[in-house]
Amino acid sequence: MMRINADTGLCVGSGQCVLTEPAVFDQDGDGIVVLLTDHPSDETEAQVRDAITLCPSRALSILQE
Amino acid sequence: MTKSVSGELAGLQLPVERGCPFAPPDAYERLREQAPISKVRLTSGGEAWWVSGHEEGRAILADRRFSSDRRKDGFPLLNLDAAIQQQFRSQPQLMIGMDGAEHAAVRRPVIGEFTVKRLAALRPRIQDIVDHFIDDMLATDRRPVDLVQALSLPVPSLVICELLGVPYTDHDFFQSRTAVAVRRTSSSEDRRRALADLRAYIDDLVTRKESEPGDDLFGRQIARQRQQGALDHAGLVSLALLLLTAGHETTANMISLGVIGLLSHPEQLALVKADPGRTPMAVEELLRYFTITDTVTSRVATEDVEIGGVSIKAGEGVIVSSLSANWDPALFKNPAELDVERGARHHLAFGFGPHQCLGQNLARLELQIVFDTLFRRIPTLHLAAPAEGLPFKTDAVIYGVHELPVTW
Repeated sequence: MMRINADTGLCVGSGQCVLTEPAVFDQDGDGIVVLLTDHPSDETEAQVRDAITLCPSRALSILQE
Repeated sequence: MTKSVSGELAGLQLPVERGCPFAPPDAYERLREQAPISKVRLTSGGEAWWVSGHEEGRAILADRRFSSDRRKDGFPLLNLDAAIQQQFRSQPQLMIGMDGAEHAAVRRPVIGEFTVKRLAALRPRIQDIVDHFIDDMLATDRRPVDLVQALSLPVPSLVICELLGVPYTDHDFFQSRTAVAVRRTSSSEDRRRALADLRAYIDDLVTRKESEPGDDLFGRQIARQRQQGALDHAGLVSLALLLLTAGHETTANMISLGVIGLLSHPEQLALVKADPGRTPMAVEELLRYFTITDTVTSRVATEDVEIGGVSIKAGEGVIVSSLSANWDPALFKNPAELDVERGARHHLAFGFGPHQCLGQNLARLELQIVFDTLFRRIPTLHLAAPAEGLPFKTDAVIYGVHELPVTW
């Protein structure tokens, strides 16, 4: 199963993940990435992968499949 | 082992002008075919690595071994004027010229102002602003109308003024100074004076806000810094200068170019008009197609880096051409085709890496609202002059058009 990690230290608040998959990614009041779940459903998998490549600061990664 | 680059010093002299207003200079394609990373000679002196490939460009911009500090030896400054180059090297850096922890310390406190949710809440106000300027256009008997003055400039100008807490009544002043500052052909004296005028204006504005911080971005920044027990006046002035100027030229030019792009491709415009759900993707495609900030994404290597089969040495300048990357057929098939259904979100029009444009989602929102509203409310809108003959800004760091006569 896919498990994702968000490195809040690297995040630059571009919001590309939220625009791509709002069911999985959100931003806190300071603009930093918040994971709504770290085990995304199969339906959101393609969008999550897209969000990872769109993230400009490489703050998102897949921990395990 | 480092692959040797054929044509180590390719014949490209930078900066180059676009031949066709809708396409990168021909030399870009030639260089990309040669190698995704190749050496070029700068007209301003010296050499730099020219990065044409999308994959290589993204890798470099996300790699923290490349510095944005314009004062560092080897940073590829494209301006020909020695005095301007000297000015770049001696001035305190704005956020765009900082690296690592220093950059994060300035960017982090502001990003909460640009979250997707916060911007979505601005939608109704931006819609009002767009409607207001279109009402004015429709109320005039004069034709043609210059869309740059009627819509492209005033919309982002009023939006950024309200967001930041800058009196809109002063917009003529800072718009004219910004235009001089970004024009490549401005004399160093004119440019120095324009920047000094802007800095003095903003310094005064920040000083006033320090005694009476309102509920706007600058007011909130001041309150936040007070809470932390320190008020960094010089830092606030630099931040204000960057946000105000960056919020003007860029979105304004993209509005004009986007309108030209869509009006020149009626079948693409028809797709957008038939379903406004396509507008966000159309905006991404227009951002890719025009890529107005081509060489802003320049860096200098701080250590030896092996990338794309090329060995870049510490101290060597790197120009990631975001325009070339966005026309890389490896990622964007038939790049010369404007295709609003392409799905172009992976473009580098806002840069990539830790410096990716802070205001990108505000720009997206403004562009979406403008295109949807303009073509809905004025369905017969058309250019009042041939697109190819328009006065394109080939002399500016940020691409655009000086005037855009339209009628309906």
